[in-house]
Amino acid sequence: MTLAVLILLLLGGGLLAWLAERTHPNLPRWVALGVVGISLLFLLLTLPPEQLALATDPRHPGNWLAQLKIDWMPRFGIAFELAMDGLSLLLLVLTLLLGLVAITASWSEITFKPGLFQANLLWTLAGVCGVFLAMDLFLFFLFWEVMLIPMYLLIAIWGHENKSYAAMKFFIFTQASGLLMLLAIVVLAWQGSRVSGQLSFSYFDLLGLSLDPRVAWWTMLGFFLAFTVKLPAFPFHTWLPDAHTQAPTAGSVLLAGILLKTGAYGLLRFCIPLFPEASMEFAPIAMGLGVAGVIYGAVLAFAQSDFKRLVAYSSVSHMGFVLLGLYAWNQLALQGAVMQMVAHGVSTAALFMLAGALQHRLHTRDMGRMGGLWHQAPRMGACAMFFAVASLGLPGLGNFVAEFLVLLGLFAVHPWLAAIAAVGLITAAIYSLWMMQQAFQGTPDKQRTMPDFDGREMTAMAAMMIALLWLGLYPQPVLDLAQPVLDSLQALATPLDQAHSLVSKAAPAAGSGL
Amino acid sequence: MNATDFQAVLPLLVLAIGATVLMLQIAWVRNPGLTAALAALVMALSALSCRLAAEVAPTEVTPLLQADRYSLLFATLFGFAGAITALLSRDYVSLHGDEPEEFFLLLVLATMGASVLAYAIHVASLLLGLELLSVSLYALIAYPNKSILPLEAAAKYLVLSGAASATALFGFALLYAATGALGFTEIGQGLTVTTTGQSVLLPAAVMVFAGLAFKLSLVPFHLWTPDVYDGAPAPVTGFLASVAKGAVFVVLLRLFLDADLFRYRILVEITGLLAIFSMLAGNLLALLQTNIKRMLAYSSIAHMGYLMIVFMVSLSGDSQALAVEAASYYLIAYTATTIAAFGLLTLISTDASGRENVQLQQVSGLFWRQPLLACLMLVALLSLAGIPLTAGFIAKFYLVNAAVSGHNWILLFTLVIGSSIGIYYYLRVVYYMTRRPEEHRVEQKIISAWRGRILSGVLIATILLLGIAPQPLMHYLKAILH
Repeated sequence: MTLAVLILLLLGGGLLAWLAERTHPNLPRWVALGVVGISLLFLLLTLPPEQLALATDPRHPGNWLAQLKIDWMPRFGIAFELAMDGLSLLLLVLTLLLGLVAITASWSEITFKPGLFQANLLWTLAGVCGVFLAMDLFLFFLFWEVMLIPMYLLIAIWGHENKSYAAMKFFIFTQASGLLMLLAIVVLAWQGSRVSGQLSFSYFDLLGLSLDPRVAWWTMLGFFLAFTVKLPAFPFHTWLPDAHTQAPTAGSVLLAGILLKTGAYGLLRFCIPLFPEASMEFAPIAMGLGVAGVIYGAVLAFAQSDFKRLVAYSSVSHMGFVLLGLYAWNQLALQGAVMQMVAHGVSTAALFMLAGALQHRLHTRDMGRMGGLWHQAPRMGACAMFFAVASLGLPGLGNFVAEFLVLLGLFAVHPWLAAIAAVGLITAAIYSLWMMQQAFQGTPDKQRTMPDFDGREMTAMAAMMIALLWLGLYPQPVLDLAQPVLDSLQALATPLDQAHSLVSKAAPAAGSGL
Repeated sequence: MNATDFQAVLPLLVLAIGATVLMLQIAWVRNPGLTAALAALVMALSALSCRLAAEVAPTEVTPLLQADRYSLLFATLFGFAGAITALLSRDYVSLHGDEPEEFFLLLVLATMGASVLAYAIHVASLLLGLELLSVSLYALIAYPNKSILPLEAAAKYLVLSGAASATALFGFALLYAATGALGFTEIGQGLTVTTTGQSVLLPAAVMVFAGLAFKLSLVPFHLWTPDVYDGAPAPVTGFLASVAKGAVFVVLLRLFLDADLFRYRILVEITGLLAIFSMLAGNLLALLQTNIKRMLAYSSIAHMGYLMIVFMVSLSGDSQALAVEAASYYLIAYTATTIAAFGLLTLISTDASGRENVQLQQVSGLFWRQPLLACLMLVALLSLAGIPLTAGFIAKFYLVNAAVSGHNWILLFTLVIGSSIGIYYYLRVVYYMTRRPEEHRVEQKIISAWRGRILSGVLIATILLLGIAPQPLMHYLKAILH
């Protein structure tokens, strides 16, 4: 029941924030902050801590951390089914924390209809929480689509100069690929009904179906497309730079921090476990796309003069690592992918908040017109430095742990791919430092005056710094939380694992032959 | 005819008596408010009386009419749709023409035509219903006399629709020549026994289908649609797009089912082909429109294309029941949504100029000017686009399920492509509605009366309810159609 309450809390909070606008323009912000804070506390306080370390059997929701099932449309075997395990918990906490950051980031930026803005923010959060919790494929699709509408409105109403184009592109990309996923979901459910005689959209009923290989392949592709568009992986990433650049700061924070993770989550939870054999066949292509994304994103990031676009392309590069980690499908790589989801969420959210703050102060995102900002705003400079080096993978910070684990796991199955992907670490250093140099170093413009970060912004920044340091220096709690889930998911898709171990056995043999 | 028969056709009787009462009332005292309320009451009563009729269903009332759950379901739908249309048009008709009272009389007659089509199991009743519906619509379309556009639209519709009816009639004549029967079931039986049936069947069926496809505005019989939709008064366009099309679809489906025309694969494949053309052409042409009414006209072509999928699905016997169920849900959802969309255009066109505010520019910033009306449009557009939590999504989900169970992959992919294109033009309206005050010039003030607000609330609630809690209706449909 707690899970439904969590979503309802966010939905109702959105409505409340909207109404609060009539009383005082500042009230919606406090309401939104309060609602997300309460949701976070509520989530953490109602956890059964003794179950955290237990392996969750993905076929039976009984021993998951929390679960809920209410019949919804028995005509099609659809239920309102939510369940939470360690992975969902991790992503929920990330979602709510970044929600707090997003509200802070939009505090003084949004003056037009602040109530409706906060409402859309909270509804997006509710949709994302739903995506991370839904265990009925129909319900999952529903949340998947529903989170788009408030996000669309955030970009379309409060976005920057080219918002209509960006918002439309974002929506059409996600919706078109989402329709293919809906098709795949329905096909899968009907396949399931052939076996059990009963139509059901429940994840637990559809796991482990023995499908005709051709059907499995096409169905898997439907899921894969929807998730990689969202991730985004090369070559489906073109919506991302536009949407991120045009969105208001809070929108960019949510998009980069959380919405991209729903794609990775979908691959990990649904696409691979539901179609282990087809995914196994497909893994080389997926990993190829991952490597291409890592390199291509990095190269394009370096070519940008727009601060936000640079960060957006760097996301494409970093999410390539997630795709690599997921399809390598071994313990280390999966841990790395999950770690990357969290660490990238935090570091990119911080960078987008920084970009938003700069734009709010300077009315430009063009790095050519910045320069020397460190002198005028030393606190901003220090924060930018911290998150830039986090993003380039400095040891001691979360992103390093994540990318290192991915590369390590990938090396076991595809040494060459790992070698190419490792180039991404170098290019990341180039574009991150280039960004620092352009914006914060050099000679400052004497006519320009700008206020530095205030207490509110520094608090958000400090929280994210602590999170990244913690992830980098003592990642074990996060790894422990994800471990049982990843174990059980891996147990589902053993064929893939075996195939990989065959490959990795063959690889040294081939290597010695050389 | 005995008492049971009268009870079974009670919805039709209520409409017929209601029309007479309205006529007398208009002769007695001219009062648009009273007439509108009375007309809405008559149509709502007709819808409610379906419950009484259901007690004796299924029963055949003369060889012409069949009162079963299927016909009663749609008689209910058309009754309520007509009632809502009457209430929506109340202010509009008074402002756009003189002598508004007879408008509502015509509306009741058109609804009666639609309900007769829902009951029809015989060529004679089909034609009666079709003509009752069409002739009322000619007059309804031309009703506003302060502008030339409605007249043009009505003339266009009159000529083309007459030609279509004649084509269908000729097709039926050929069928009669071959089989010697006019009842749907008897035609089907006649086709199996007569040897001449085979040679005459295809041309006859194609003519019948072409005539009805015109009314459904399937590509390539769609050319009248944008002009007529654009010229007709907004509430009538809503009625035309939902009830008139729904009724024709209902009778077409019944004809195929009763005469078992699914035996003739080529015929069904033609419907599939038209479905594909309609989905693609409707969506692509809608992209080019800046007039919301024309955009909705093309979108309705696309939606009829989606709906036509069920004919191909019905080819496989296992999926037939699900296909009919999907079509029923789709029609209900589509009717509610279309009436809501055109309802908004009606409600924002109630200024005295006699012109309609249907350009994209004219809904600019509507969210900040009239939040409730904008929400109505938002919900209607999202439902048309098939976004979850709205009726349109469940309807599309039904269709996808039916098509998957019937393995109609080509149609499914066309559906996906069409829907993806559709998002662009639906969202464009949303984007215009959310433009900030400083981004556009506010041209005219939109007033919203309490009536409009209540109707908006009801329509929003209906669409969301059908999208969030569809189980009761699903359960009911499954119970009556399987």
